[in-house]
Amino acid sequence: METYEWTCETESAEATRAIGARLGQLLRNGDVLALIGDLGAGKTVFTQGVAEGLGIRVPVTSPTFVLINCYRAADGRVLQHADCYRLTAASAEMWDIGLTDLMVDDQILIIEWADRILDLLPTARLEISLTYLDANRRRLVCRAHGAHYIELLRQIACTDTGHTVPELTDVACA
Amino acid sequence: MSLILAIETSCDETAAAVVENGHRIRSNIVASQIELHRPYGGVFPEVASRQHVFDIVPVIARALSEAGVDWADLTALAVTAGPGLAGALLVGVNTAKAIAWSRSLPLVAVNHLEGHLYSNWLDEGDRLTTAALTRPTLPELDAAGQAFPLLVLIVSGGHTELVLMTGHGQYRRLGATLDDAAGEAFDKVARLLGLGYPGGPAIQQAATSGDPTAFDFPRALTTQPEHRFDFSFSGLKTAVLRQVREFGETALPVADLAASFQAAVVDVLIAKTADAAAEFGVGRVCVCGGVAANRALRAALADRLPGAVSIPPLFLCTDNAAMIAAAGHYRLHRPGPTGLDFDVEPDLALPVEA
Repeated sequence: METYEWTCETESAEATRAIGARLGQLLRNGDVLALIGDLGAGKTVFTQGVAEGLGIRVPVTSPTFVLINCYRAADGRVLQHADCYRLTAASAEMWDIGLTDLMVDDQILIIEWADRILDLLPTARLEISLTYLDANRRRLVCRAHGAHYIELLRQIACTDTGHTVPELTDVACA
Repeated sequence: MSLILAIETSCDETAAAVVENGHRIRSNIVASQIELHRPYGGVFPEVASRQHVFDIVPVIARALSEAGVDWADLTALAVTAGPGLAGALLVGVNTAKAIAWSRSLPLVAVNHLEGHLYSNWLDEGDRLTTAALTRPTLPELDAAGQAFPLLVLIVSGGHTELVLMTGHGQYRRLGATLDDAAGEAFDKVARLLGLGYPGGPAIQQAATSGDPTAFDFPRALTTQPEHRFDFSFSGLKTAVLRQVREFGETALPVADLAASFQAAVVDVLIAKTADAAAEFGVGRVCVCGGVAANRALRAALADRLPGAVSIPPLFLCTDNAAMIAAAGHYRLHRPGPTGLDFDVEPDLALPVEA
């Protein structure tokens, strides 16, 4: 499957959130987003941006303990927000509680600590790896697998989010 | 006399309980805490919808036998309908519906968070010395018309909320966390500091020899009027991470970091709870959820809140079915049984007064 990678660095939590918000505006039902990154890397901040872009008005809180949170946007789109952090046998447990049932055409799924359940994920997906650089700065490596997500990533990479920081540092087509 | 069998399967725990008159626990069974006849050996997952299926029947049977009651003795059933995991909730809800239908018992759907609020209304029957109970108890105050308004702080791994109860089934959600729950912050900071799991007891232990003023960690949202009763712990977690990174290869002052982090969490919880208690003129504050076990929080609640404070014993702070039965008792009275045509609601919010 064709893969496209785009890397950017953000100067603040607001900038990370802004990229998420831009993505949220573009998402459609059935999309699967895999977030990867250590504690404090900005996964929840990014997801809050996605929810903001989707037009979700309630606070998006961490699903670490409850595992899956569900939000409804004003236009009817449904965001499922899952988190594998506290699971020891994450693939088996997430499968058992029905995560794969949420990878359907009428919902959007975003998963934190998705590297723990790669075998459960569809091959076509958008992966975003976040890395802590310093107190405010984060590196985002976005990998789009499949034509739909490549198009999505192109649109984000070409959009000025209003923050000057996220510039295109690497574009590779494999 | 009302005798309610309650079932709770919203997340990790399969639980059933029998509660008399909304406060006296006749039995309170949590699958992970007892030896059940397991259908297979090996490692058990922390969470699994199938595990609920395996455990639900023996857990209910145990709840009835420990309570010494038969199906014919029951007044009604109560079950958690949400919020929680859809697949997990379905096991409890469908089991409850099947029993209600086959035994012709009324069934009440209960909100899991409402259950936590009612954990404060339970006593432990004959198993607790009376000295350990705050007297008068909430049901006693209620009978005298003095229970409300009541302020409840729910503080656990999954939730951090301030709720004002103005009557049974009448709530105002004053505020909640905007990102991480307090218990989650304890777990994640414990990991950053290289301490064990669960993080609450590990941080508490490490903090005993630490200086809570060693690091000036942020007390979030304490000055923004629009978030007067809201919480935020994500920035605190990141502040600890930043501090840990600054130490680099040097040995971490774990005790000081743990004590300073714990002090920041406790300060915010207490400040907002005290503020809300004063604002709404409540006579008593109830605290529930797993973080209520924290000794620094308990000490601060006793020292820094002017009125009476109730904290249920730890086994009622974590997920259990007795609290669902207590909430179900009051819901059965008003608005009455739910019927059998309700569905699970994974994103169910606490019902708030209009």
